[in-house]
Amino acid sequence: MKKRKQLSTPSKYVINAILVAVLLAGGALLYNSGALNRASKAVLIQCGIYSMLAVSLNICTGYLGQLPLGHAGFMAVGAYVGAIFWKATTAWPTGLTIILGLLVAGLAAAVFGVIIGIPALRLKGDYLAIITLGFGEIIRIAIINLDGITGGTPGLLNVPKHSSFLLTFLCLTAAIFITHNVIHSRHGRAILSIRGNEIAAESCGINLTYYKVFAFALSAFLAGVAGAVYAGFQGSLFPKSFDFMASINILVMVVLGGMGSMTGAVIAATVLTALPSLMQALSSYRMVIYSLLLIVVMIFKPSGLMGTKDISVSRFLEKLMNGELFKSRKKEGQAHE
Amino acid sequence: MIVLQQLINGLQLGSIYSLIALGYSMVYGIIMLLNFAHGDIIMVGGYIALLIIGAGIHPAVAIIAAIVGCMVLACVIEKAAYAPLRKAPRISLLITAIGVSFFLENVAQLLLSANPRSFPNTAIIPTANFNLGSLNISLTTLVTLAVAIVSMALLTVLVNRTKMGKAMRAVSEDMGAAQLMGINVNRTITFTFAIGAVLAGIGAILYCCKYPQVKPTTGYLLGMKAFVAAVLGGIGSIPGAMLGGLAIGMAEVIVNALGYTTWADAVVYVILILVLLIKPTGFLGRTMSEKV
Amino acid sequence: MSERLHALGPKGFIPERDLDKTPVLETHHLGIDFGGLTAVNEFEITIGRTEITGLIGPNGAGKTTVFNLLTNVYKPTRGNILLDGVSTAGKSTAQLCRMGIARTFQNIRLFKDMSVIDNILVGLHHEMDYSLPEAVLRLPRFWRGEKIARKRAMELLGIFRMEDTAETPAGSLPYGAQRRLEILRALATNPSILLLDEPAAGMNPSETAELMENIRRIRDTFQIAVLLIEHDMSLVMGICEGIAVLNFGQIIAKGTPEEIRNNPAVIEAYLGKQKEV
Repeated sequence: MKKRKQLSTPSKYVINAILVAVLLAGGALLYNSGALNRASKAVLIQCGIYSMLAVSLNICTGYLGQLPLGHAGFMAVGAYVGAIFWKATTAWPTGLTIILGLLVAGLAAAVFGVIIGIPALRLKGDYLAIITLGFGEIIRIAIINLDGITGGTPGLLNVPKHSSFLLTFLCLTAAIFITHNVIHSRHGRAILSIRGNEIAAESCGINLTYYKVFAFALSAFLAGVAGAVYAGFQGSLFPKSFDFMASINILVMVVLGGMGSMTGAVIAATVLTALPSLMQALSSYRMVIYSLLLIVVMIFKPSGLMGTKDISVSRFLEKLMNGELFKSRKKEGQAHE
Repeated sequence: MIVLQQLINGLQLGSIYSLIALGYSMVYGIIMLLNFAHGDIIMVGGYIALLIIGAGIHPAVAIIAAIVGCMVLACVIEKAAYAPLRKAPRISLLITAIGVSFFLENVAQLLLSANPRSFPNTAIIPTANFNLGSLNISLTTLVTLAVAIVSMALLTVLVNRTKMGKAMRAVSEDMGAAQLMGINVNRTITFTFAIGAVLAGIGAILYCCKYPQVKPTTGYLLGMKAFVAAVLGGIGSIPGAMLGGLAIGMAEVIVNALGYTTWADAVVYVILILVLLIKPTGFLGRTMSEKV
Repeated sequence: MSERLHALGPKGFIPERDLDKTPVLETHHLGIDFGGLTAVNEFEITIGRTEITGLIGPNGAGKTTVFNLLTNVYKPTRGNILLDGVSTAGKSTAQLCRMGIARTFQNIRLFKDMSVIDNILVGLHHEMDYSLPEAVLRLPRFWRGEKIARKRAMELLGIFRMEDTAETPAGSLPYGAQRRLEILRALATNPSILLLDEPAAGMNPSETAELMENIRRIRDTFQIAVLLIEHDMSLVMGICEGIAVLNFGQIIAKGTPEEIRNNPAVIEAYLGKQKEV
């Protein structure tokens, strides 16, 4: 048998890096060229933010196999901490304050992730879901009541608008990069094994406590960063934006994209963010359609759009090099005949 | 005296929570599903009663229609959304339940707008107050307590003394074994949903008489509190749900009386989290552990 | 004198070659109650370094419960367990795995959605030592760790000639292969004792014979002890050097296969009391 041609690991990285750079540069050019109107620009940024949120929730839902229902709470912590930090540091150099703000926001959310992750160790399935829902709601109610710091229901206004196209999508790229590298390592396999079978994972020497809390913390960290980007994009924050509905919104994206697929999460987040904005007539039906989608997907295709698969450019190139693309298509053709 | 007055208020609110918590508890006991849509069924019941009375039809008809409506809706949801997932992972079932809940909420919003509508409570229970010394008890309170006690007594008889009740207990104990004994599992599950929904319908009317308005999100928070009550009492346990409901009702009244109204909803969640951490089986729940 | 010392005594039976070494596993007065019901009581066993021991008994005798006690999935109500002479009290299942006890499950517990090789790599988790930042930044230690672990995983797959299935999802393997993969995953954790819960369940006689050979080979190659629960008497009698018989949570007999075969208490437990004719 002829040996299958393979790309070397460094060349895979180079290809991906070039691809990401081209996409980012191209996107930034388009964004700043004036070809897009304000509304489309806003949709584009929102797609980036929601993709980040979906990728982060996917860590808990897809990889760890738990169902947190308070993801908007982590986003809220990140958004408010980031916004307050940025408002307090306007005198600092812009680059420094942006990066520090994102980090502080992510870390604050991660702390909450650990706090919520600890009870998660003792609880399973729906109990865990409900306890995270409770935490999410407590965070929101606390934001409303601590109006001295958070501005309460009237909102936190005049947040510096730091979230450019480049910042948003660099954050998204970083989120995907970190998640991918964690999942494709011994640490990621430990998380996946917990989803597969907790007792077996423990018998293989996997420290359940550590990896569950870690998955929650990582998921919360990325959601917190996404929250800060959201704050820097909106310029004002209201507690209502982080209610249970918002958590469900993110969940729909992950479920639809396929729990366990990052590509799926990004595609679903993009489609579900862009579609309602592009079709204004749909907007009042949006939540009805979302809820129906949840039910229909669960009944007919619980694996979602992508299952647990991810699209990989280098795998595609390898297939191309080996002429397998053509072959598999031919095979399919034969099957049809 | 103020304490006693608050106690009576807590008892009234608590007995409504108990009625609704029973639905959560029974459904969880039988198919291990946290039926998110249960709260929204209450909202639908409230709207049915409101619209029928609004159309000038006799309130008795409205009450019956609301209860029957809740029952039919619950059966339809069970058949359409939950039954196809009987063998699916529980996470799928839970996501579906969330989907159903949001579907009901948003359809209601689309058809009836998000604005609250006032509920014609006096058409169902006339305004009347009884004074016992400085104690003030409304007719609504008395009716609520009486209806709740009678409903729960009937439920207890149904579960413990009838053939269907025995089937329900058997299915919740071991679905496979119950099936082998010739019990129609699907019919038993649907029946359980129906009973839960009847109690929810009764709860809906009583709740709307206490807080006379209905909006699409009415069911969400009410359902949440009732669910917390069910967990607190020990999910799957009928007396537990009754006890849990009363405890949550009391807690809410106390927090409000102390002046922390804006935190009241958060307190419910804090209780939930504490219970789950300290005693996940609640007051009267049974422990369930995985066989290795 | 035979190879064994006081076969029915509290020390159990240890092959001569293991006698001068610390036993790999020792239990004293081990027992557990489930809500007033005694499931296992006074369980005493001593297993030598490289011994293959069988744990047999009728259904419901408490064999799997013993495994769960040994791996601390259940916390013992009474008694203690010594692994390599060290008490395992208060250790988590994961810590026990690192101390050298690995197991398979009666109802197979593979990570079904993960590939065959990934299942083994989970077992090799602690063989790799790169940290989280090193994984995120893909530093050299990550690549080195992964490379060595993958090579090791392929070697392990080679034991059952399963290299070709490395990339298939574990859940899609045939039943027998799933059982074998579970053994390999347990072996990957580098144990000093391997607990096998009905390894031959669902296998045909030729598969069972092959498995028997492989268990012996694994013991010889890795120089580890094996404790196995099995209903297939040909396998138990064929490879076990010592056998303990459990009934109603109590050990009713211990000894060599021949001793067990002729033990009246064992015959009674399996066949019921025979009336004198």
